[in-house]
Amino acid sequence: MTTTEHHIDKILIPILEQVSDPEIPVLSIMDMGVVRSAVIINNIVKVEITPTYSGCPAMDVIGDDIKAALKDAGYESEINLILHPAWTTDWITPRGRKALEDYGIAAPLEAEADKDVLLNGKRIVKCTNCGSQNTRLVSQFGSTACKALFQCEDCQEPFDYFKCLK
Amino acid sequence: MKEQLYKYILGIADNSLILGQRMGELCGHGPSLETDIACTNISLDLFGQVRSYYQYAAKIAGDNRTEDDIAMLRKEREYVNVLLVEQPNTDFAYIMARHFLFDMYHYMFLQELQKSQDLTLSAIATKSIKEVSYHLRFSSDWIKRLGDGTEESHSRIKNSIDDLWTYTDELFHLTDADKVMVNEGVGVDVTKLKDTYYTKVSEILQEATLEVPESKYFQKGGKQGIHTEHLGYLLAELQYMQRAYPNMEW
Repeated sequence: MTTTEHHIDKILIPILEQVSDPEIPVLSIMDMGVVRSAVIINNIVKVEITPTYSGCPAMDVIGDDIKAALKDAGYESEINLILHPAWTTDWITPRGRKALEDYGIAAPLEAEADKDVLLNGKRIVKCTNCGSQNTRLVSQFGSTACKALFQCEDCQEPFDYFKCLK
Repeated sequence: MKEQLYKYILGIADNSLILGQRMGELCGHGPSLETDIACTNISLDLFGQVRSYYQYAAKIAGDNRTEDDIAMLRKEREYVNVLLVEQPNTDFAYIMARHFLFDMYHYMFLQELQKSQDLTLSAIATKSIKEVSYHLRFSSDWIKRLGDGTEESHSRIKNSIDDLWTYTDELFHLTDADKVMVNEGVGVDVTKLKDTYYTKVSEILQEATLEVPESKYFQKGGKQGIHTEHLGYLLAELQYMQRAYPNMEW
């Protein structure tokens, strides 16, 4: 397994930005940080992607979607799944975090704060509906592997929180 | 070396496959919606990890074997998971006790595997440990909630820990493949994890107002392919589609 630099050919960026996470359609895979490199070698685009969670069922679809988007732009491609370095929520871009929040998923906190919330029941995750921090953890595991389930005690709305992964 | 590495990978991966299948059995059967989702999430994490291991094992084998062949087409005696993970889902306390006793080991094991000279194994370990830390948190919480809960929940979790204790020692046995891989700097010397494991498990049990079992009688055999009767039934379900419709794909 080789560690490659995080390099993405500029010309490919607009194409890859069109591909979104099938589970979170507002979030492009670029903002998600799963594309680790994309380079054109002998007219073939070599793309390396890394899974958010090992069992993430979206990875196969993401691979197919990238292939399709590149094909539409006139490129043949090869997709490789790499595990190292392991994905972290730090790779979600500021634009990605905003897209998550707008979509109704609270963006991950810093590691320490995340621990306080998940372990000590501290109330600091902001409700995506009303903005209140009076929220409580309902379950550490949510609708997908990367999320935990929360409920706002003020507006009563349940919502997902994107767990911090370091 | 190649053959030993292959065996070594299966020794790690089979535990996750069989436990993943057990947790997956709870899909739609969890005691509450949240625990149902949690158990199936955990199952998905374990299966994800298993895929990475089996893909690597298939590459090592170098023949036409695929990850699916390794997962679905072996016979009972060829699975080398520990006996602990194949124990059946009886009640929720039993499920959480089994999970906790494995999670604690799993977490400690992956911590060490991250240092492996084998870069693929170390990458899988680094990836997996982030997920397993959530599993351990979840099962530890339940041990405490059930132990320090009602009289009924206390007695159920107590009986489960007492029952499953007999399967814990096997986690720390070295197989021949393990020994070769430890010498190569690839594998983890699990015998060195044993004392810390029992200390850490005891800490949680005490917090849960549970006594640490004193029994010194331990079961073994899984790592050699000698299983309890439960594995056969589990495999019958796991392998059904591939046996009934050979080579089928989604």
